[in-house]
Amino acid sequence: MKQYTLDFEKPIRELELKINELEEFAKEGKIGLDGEIERLRQKAEKQKKEIYSKLNRWQHVQLARHPNRPYAQDYIDLIIEGFEELHGDRNFRDDRAIIAGLGRMKRVSTSSTVDEDSDDFRVAIIAQQKGRGTKDNLKRNFAMPHPEGYRKALRVMHLAEKFNLPIITLIDTPGAYPGLGAEERGQAAAIAENLFAMAQLSVPLVAVIIGEGGSGGALALGVADRVFMLEHSVYSVITPEGCASILYRDASFAETAAEAMKLTSTDLLGFKVIDQVIKEPVGGAHTGIEAVAKDIRILVSKAFTELQGIDCDARIQARVEKYAEMGRWIEN
Amino acid sequence: MAAWFKRSGKPLKSEQRRDIPDGVWIKCKSCGDTLFKTELMRQKQICKSCGYHFLLPSEEYFKLLLDLDSWTEHDAKVTSVDTLGFKDTLKYSDRIVKYTKKSGLSDAIRCVSGRLDDKPVELAVMDFAFMGGSVGSVVGEKISRSIKRAIQNKTPLIIVSCSGGMRMQEGIFSLMQMAKVSTALVTLSRAKLPFISILTNPTTGGTTASFSMLGDLNISEPGALIGFAGPRVIKQTIGQDLPPGFQSAEFLLDHGFLDMIVKRTDMKPKLSNLLSILTPRE
Repeated sequence: MKQYTLDFEKPIRELELKINELEEFAKEGKIGLDGEIERLRQKAEKQKKEIYSKLNRWQHVQLARHPNRPYAQDYIDLIIEGFEELHGDRNFRDDRAIIAGLGRMKRVSTSSTVDEDSDDFRVAIIAQQKGRGTKDNLKRNFAMPHPEGYRKALRVMHLAEKFNLPIITLIDTPGAYPGLGAEERGQAAAIAENLFAMAQLSVPLVAVIIGEGGSGGALALGVADRVFMLEHSVYSVITPEGCASILYRDASFAETAAEAMKLTSTDLLGFKVIDQVIKEPVGGAHTGIEAVAKDIRILVSKAFTELQGIDCDARIQARVEKYAEMGRWIEN
Repeated sequence: MAAWFKRSGKPLKSEQRRDIPDGVWIKCKSCGDTLFKTELMRQKQICKSCGYHFLLPSEEYFKLLLDLDSWTEHDAKVTSVDTLGFKDTLKYSDRIVKYTKKSGLSDAIRCVSGRLDDKPVELAVMDFAFMGGSVGSVVGEKISRSIKRAIQNKTPLIIVSCSGGMRMQEGIFSLMQMAKVSTALVTLSRAKLPFISILTNPTTGGTTASFSMLGDLNISEPGALIGFAGPRVIKQTIGQDLPPGFQSAEFLLDHGFLDMIVKRTDMKPKLSNLLSILTPRE
């Protein structure tokens, strides 16, 4: 994968390049550079920590969209064993912007953070999938699903319900696709039906926002008993660009709009819209996907174990009550 | 300069446009006919020439759909709050004040209990005059309370939608209203009480992608713009003009997303008949 460097990543990247250069130099055995290299390493580490502890909201958006960021399939490969992808909505076509399938996940007991290899459980997985590179992105439609994608998701949710499989959704989309065919085939209705169905599914639902959580297109996989967010992912009512072009009449105000909408994992945890933030390595998930995948697996499997211990009707009731609480208003 | 290129005769004067005194006449957005405002209101805001349905204020829907003086309004004092400290060209807190003054409404929806041909119903009507009928926490909460009352009193629920979508100034809270109302509608559905969704011009964005499309019956007024993405966004995305009639109520009926299109003036008898079939007399 080609390495892509965001503007604010550049100082770190430059130091890393310099370190590499010095290492090459040292290898040739001409001069002893160990001290210099170590000094630069420490400097790079320090700078990295500093930059990543002070990211503004727009930088979070950029990280959430980072071309090197792990996508749904990358996590599925690490989290799910025996993954079987299922295709098609049984009605119109297979929307490749959404991946749906079945598999197994290792269980982690609620009392410890240690892996227990002995036990695993069956799950259904539904996720939005971005493409890498132009060709792949055209196939995935930049992870912007059409109605048939949401209907495929719904079909697999009902399959999961029938066979009593808990459902994990991985959310990563700029939004549902705004196009002619999408409208003709009922984009709005497809999203609405998913919200309605997820509200009453009898199996446990856990959603993880792994990149961009864009609008209703994200929420259509996001009504769940537990919602987790990767540290540098974002979740908002509309993309910053969309918000800027409507409210500021200029898409170049995206940065301002991102600030105003308060769309980071920290913001949303504070608003109690999500349940927990999953930390990423300093530098973002793309600098250490294995650790992130493991944390997702531990957290999700714990949540499933906990949720499976609750009676089905009580679980649905708790879901209804959770969403009933959402919102802020005053009453005089 | 060639003679044929020279402008001859009098130049066009823009002042020659017919002067229409403000507030008396209105031009039909669809056919261009000039309509007398008070007459238009008597006709329930329907153009006498082409049948175009103008925006109808929420108060007028109560009069249109409910029996005379049969309704009681609820939750009128539930109002919006600027949780995010949101500012675009105006602070959200100032915008709330501005629209409250301008529209005389407390938010983009009004909810009443009333009678429709003597049948008790919960009716929630969105009002475009308050921030384009955008859905924020107040709209979500007030609909949820209407649903609770409907379940408690075992009555049907009718929502008249008129909305540009979610209210961006409330950020993620507005997105969550889609989940909140859809979840609440599950409880109504489990109680086997009818929910009739009436979609009016315009109903777009997250409003359509949640409760407006979740009616046991989805009914629209003629000509209403109904969609997920707005026409401008789609045009930008696909880079070409949209086919005529795209995203109109008639288009949605053809594509199978509406049960029927009903003229505003026929709406009450239609609802009355449908409700009498869905909810048998005890």
